[in-house]
Amino acid sequence: MVTKPPILIPYAAGTNRDGDALLAVELAGGEPILVSMKALRENKKTFGEHAGVLLPGGFSYGDALGAGQKLALELRHFFAQELAELVSAGKPVLGICNGFQALVKAGLLPSSPENGSAHNERQVTLAHNKSGNFECRWVTLRVASTMCRSWLSPIQGSLIRCPVAHGEGRLMTTSDTATTALFKNGLVAFTYLENGAAESSSEDVKEAQGSYPANPNGSVGDIAGICDHSGAVVGLMPHPENHVMGWQCPNRGAGFSGLPLFETFVEAAR
Amino acid sequence: MIWRVTVSATQHPLAKGLVAAAPFAGVNGLYGCDIYRLYHLQYDGDQSAIEHFCRELLVDEVIDQLWINDSPPSRGRSIEVCFHAGVNDNEAREVERAAVLHGINGLRAATSWRYDLIGDLDDEAVSIIGQRFLANDTIEHWREGTINVGFASDTSAKQQVTQIPLAHLSDTELAEVSQVRLLSLDVTEMRVIQNHFTNLGREPSDAELETLAQTWSEHCVHKTFNANIELTHLKADGQKVISHHNGLLGALRQVTQELNPWWLRSAFVDDAGIVCFDDEFDVAIKVETHNHPSALEPFGGANTGVGGVVRDILGVSARPIACTNVLCFGPQDIDYDALASPLLHPRQIKEGVVAGIADYGNKLGLPTIAGAVLYDHKYIANPLVYCGAIGLLRKGVHRNQVQVGDRVVCIGGRVGRDGIHGATFSSANLDANAIEQAGAAVQIGDPITQKGCIEVVVQASEAGLYNAITDCGAGGLSSAIGEMGKQLGVEVDLAKVPLKYPGLLPWEIWISEAQERMVLAVPAHSLAALTQICEDHEVELSNIGCFTNSGELVVYYGERKAIELSMDFLHEGLPQQTMTATWREQKSSKVSLPPLRDEVLLELLAHPDVASKEEIVRRYDHEVRSSSVVRPFVGKYGDGPADAAVIKPLGTHQSPQALVVSCGLCPRVGTLDPYTMSLLAIDEAVRNLVAVGGDPQRVALLDNFCWADPTKHLQLGALVRAVQGCVDGSRRYAMPFISGKDSLYNEFAGQAIPPTLLITALGVVPDLHRALDSAGMSVGDDLWLVGHGSDALGGSIADSHYALGATAVPQALTDPLPRYLSVHSLITDKLISAAHDCSDGGIAVALAEMAIGAVCGVSVDVPADGHDAFTALVNEGAGRLVLAAPRSNRGKVAQRLARHGRLVGKVIEEAQIRLNVVDEVGKTIDRVDVALAAARDAFTNGGSW
Repeated sequence: MVTKPPILIPYAAGTNRDGDALLAVELAGGEPILVSMKALRENKKTFGEHAGVLLPGGFSYGDALGAGQKLALELRHFFAQELAELVSAGKPVLGICNGFQALVKAGLLPSSPENGSAHNERQVTLAHNKSGNFECRWVTLRVASTMCRSWLSPIQGSLIRCPVAHGEGRLMTTSDTATTALFKNGLVAFTYLENGAAESSSEDVKEAQGSYPANPNGSVGDIAGICDHSGAVVGLMPHPENHVMGWQCPNRGAGFSGLPLFETFVEAAR
Repeated sequence: MIWRVTVSATQHPLAKGLVAAAPFAGVNGLYGCDIYRLYHLQYDGDQSAIEHFCRELLVDEVIDQLWINDSPPSRGRSIEVCFHAGVNDNEAREVERAAVLHGINGLRAATSWRYDLIGDLDDEAVSIIGQRFLANDTIEHWREGTINVGFASDTSAKQQVTQIPLAHLSDTELAEVSQVRLLSLDVTEMRVIQNHFTNLGREPSDAELETLAQTWSEHCVHKTFNANIELTHLKADGQKVISHHNGLLGALRQVTQELNPWWLRSAFVDDAGIVCFDDEFDVAIKVETHNHPSALEPFGGANTGVGGVVRDILGVSARPIACTNVLCFGPQDIDYDALASPLLHPRQIKEGVVAGIADYGNKLGLPTIAGAVLYDHKYIANPLVYCGAIGLLRKGVHRNQVQVGDRVVCIGGRVGRDGIHGATFSSANLDANAIEQAGAAVQIGDPITQKGCIEVVVQASEAGLYNAITDCGAGGLSSAIGEMGKQLGVEVDLAKVPLKYPGLLPWEIWISEAQERMVLAVPAHSLAALTQICEDHEVELSNIGCFTNSGELVVYYGERKAIELSMDFLHEGLPQQTMTATWREQKSSKVSLPPLRDEVLLELLAHPDVASKEEIVRRYDHEVRSSSVVRPFVGKYGDGPADAAVIKPLGTHQSPQALVVSCGLCPRVGTLDPYTMSLLAIDEAVRNLVAVGGDPQRVALLDNFCWADPTKHLQLGALVRAVQGCVDGSRRYAMPFISGKDSLYNEFAGQAIPPTLLITALGVVPDLHRALDSAGMSVGDDLWLVGHGSDALGGSIADSHYALGATAVPQALTDPLPRYLSVHSLITDKLISAAHDCSDGGIAVALAEMAIGAVCGVSVDVPADGHDAFTALVNEGAGRLVLAAPRSNRGKVAQRLARHGRLVGKVIEEAQIRLNVVDEVGKTIDRVDVALAAARDAFTNGGSW
């Protein structure tokens, strides 16, 4: 029998896509383990005893001080060491939506603790959507084929159809140079594709080029998700965990499921 | 000392919206707005620690900057806005909690905003922006310049209990006591209370009087729906019929008892109705309204509306899994100057309500899956906000039998002065005076605390840790505990209730409607286990009393007794009301119709009630919980409207069943004929439900009546007629009502809302893989029409848009089930590819919507059925659906539909909507031919601003 790698899904007050993440990990062959941040703080459970970490979506602590901000502070303050060890052991870390926001604001994405980038040198953030509103709609993503190295490489270049559901998902950087560096250093992991990309029979589907609503939030370079230098930490705003069964897609059974992403993640945790 | 921290909010979305909205309030000189978030931190410790904390927590330095005890210069005129003391400040609370985690103890926080208004602005312009856009004086205050937020200094709690002398008061004086204390009790009721205490030989305490006012409020006890009503029905032919109605609610319940289908679990008993879902789970549903609060503070009103109805679901031990909402607003383009003070502009109300719903539902992680939005002048002063919630519970986990000796346990939020008199406030007409007095009745919700409560209740119910549970809603603890202890007796100590801030009087603690609280009856031996679950989820628990067998409600504040009331008087003492109602039937008159032009279709598609609601609905998460099968928008590009929502609840994947929820309402018909309105609203909800694959034999209905002042005879007459319509509809469709609610007194300065009945239908799709939507058709498919049109245009979109003045309304169906059963069998056997109901805008709009979603054209011969072409295309006759089916299924479809349906056209590749109205021999009498692109543009852009 194949063993199921234990995947830690930490939750805080206000985390709400933990159940969705759990289902995706389960279907992908992992063993999801939900643990509260409180239990982690109290050392009842540790990050290190798991084979991978999935930070799920939601509104941790109400996002009262900016999306993911307080969860980020907790990650930095209490778990910086543990996370660094996890990453250097090559265990995969995936942050979705609020989990992604927290990883970015904690300085773990796109930098990793090992290259010593301090919090106040952060060059990437997730700001309010350009539309000014929370947006819930289906988008098409491409898993970048130019990543430096990541557990995502088995599915690089493939497409995923899934919804976004966020108010603060606009990826912004401190400068054009910083944006270019993300691409050049192979840290861009997911991009938003043009409308109709999933329905197109053409091989040559294009990025959204900033057009709304294909790029639903105005992210620079159509960037939907990024990874760190080690390739272990990956984060994205959209919700591939909401498309792991055919009937969940508005055009039922049309393919481009999010499940391969979770299978790759679980595989990397083995 | 108090640290004043200023953080720029350069990406805040409000700035853009404010500049765009200002001209609508007559302010033309606003070019920009710089927004800053202010944190006021009271802290006497180490300076470097707090500076470090602020930099780490309060600012995102990639895009923003921070100043401590220093302010950036203003590029314009600066306004600051802060909450009134006592309003929930969730952000400040998170700052305080974060500080504790990081070793900064004793820090207290408050927040405010700074807006630098840039442009050419005089004092009046600044004042308009401040008052109308930036601060809502129900919860906030503002000024130009700096506001230093104060922190209440600790004073010991007030223990005062005051006697209210009633014994020798005249009727006028009794009425005055009721009015001054905002009790909303009438003289008869005040006299009953006076007599009761005279017999006891003492005066009531303030807390006792408040308890009675809450428990006896229209909101809690539904006086009108339980009244004995004499109806005088004046028929159109001059005939006069008098009838007596002893309890409208009873009449609805009686049909449910008669029907009593096998899948019904619980109706009209607890906080929500319950039906069977599959072998393992049941489903609970409830729909509430939060109209008065939303008129005053749209964000907070709608926010707490969602919170309240979700707690109703928790109140039957179910895990909330989805929300719905139906909104009625004033027209969005009316002139600001035409509004009576102190009303908010309908646009501002809409923005606030939508933001409030999105904030609460999204943060709780509940998909908002279904609803509707309507616009009418009559909703300017009284917007309607219906909030629904659905929950899933394992069979057998819900307990509702309190045992003697059970502890009275509160979990969740703390108590403040917020929400005091909410129940009595919502039982009165709105006027300027009431708005001023009732400021405290509106509050801001705290979804994160509620999320914790949900997890605690779900775990506690599965572990069997309580004997009964209820939510703390209208009337606060007084209603919740009074109701739970009704059969036994209860003793409570208010000194044990955790407060947000000191200084509350015992009666204020007792009736406060502070949100996010549940009350549980917990056996002493389960208390430790429950406490542990609460600690795990960081939810506060307080053990404040005990259920007894005394038959008395006894409430202390420490040593001091505040209340000693017999449960019998509290619950049975209210005299039944006797009311008088009149209904006058309208005579129908002939209307003259506009000529049929292609533009008619475009104009109807752009009508605010018909046009796409994407601009609103995409702000709600409809994907969380991975359960959406049919979502609010369907089709290739997700821009076709869905008829109803289908979800497959997370955790039920062992069964093929899915849940379906739909809505029906037609208030324009209600103004003309409330009886028929009820039947047509039921039909609309059922049509929608059947169109997506719901089984017509598994449908439960909910009624939500929003009405004007029922003490006015014609209003009450309309209400009685509407209830009769529901009773007859429930029988005719064989669908029981399982829950309902009424919101009365929706009047402002004599302006009444139209009679507005919302019907919500909950059902089951037998197999989630057979769920259908309105856009699944392909080129070449046949188009079928089920049902026949009507020549009555009263209450239709066409009537409203072209001001036809039609008074005759479409007839209700007399035998509706056979047609819906035949449509359902077509869906179950996978013979059809798409289905869409004909409602607002008639068959013309229905076909256009299908074409928009499917991105293909349609060519249809619309049967005139003896009517003129205009009427044939736009009438809203009951019981009609358009179906699409592959041509290869033509024979089977024709056989199944038999007399219920006709083949009328086909799906074409050419992107045109071609509607030929044909007479009985198939000759075209007139036509509409519109390009799909034009229809899409009218539908998506025509009504969205």
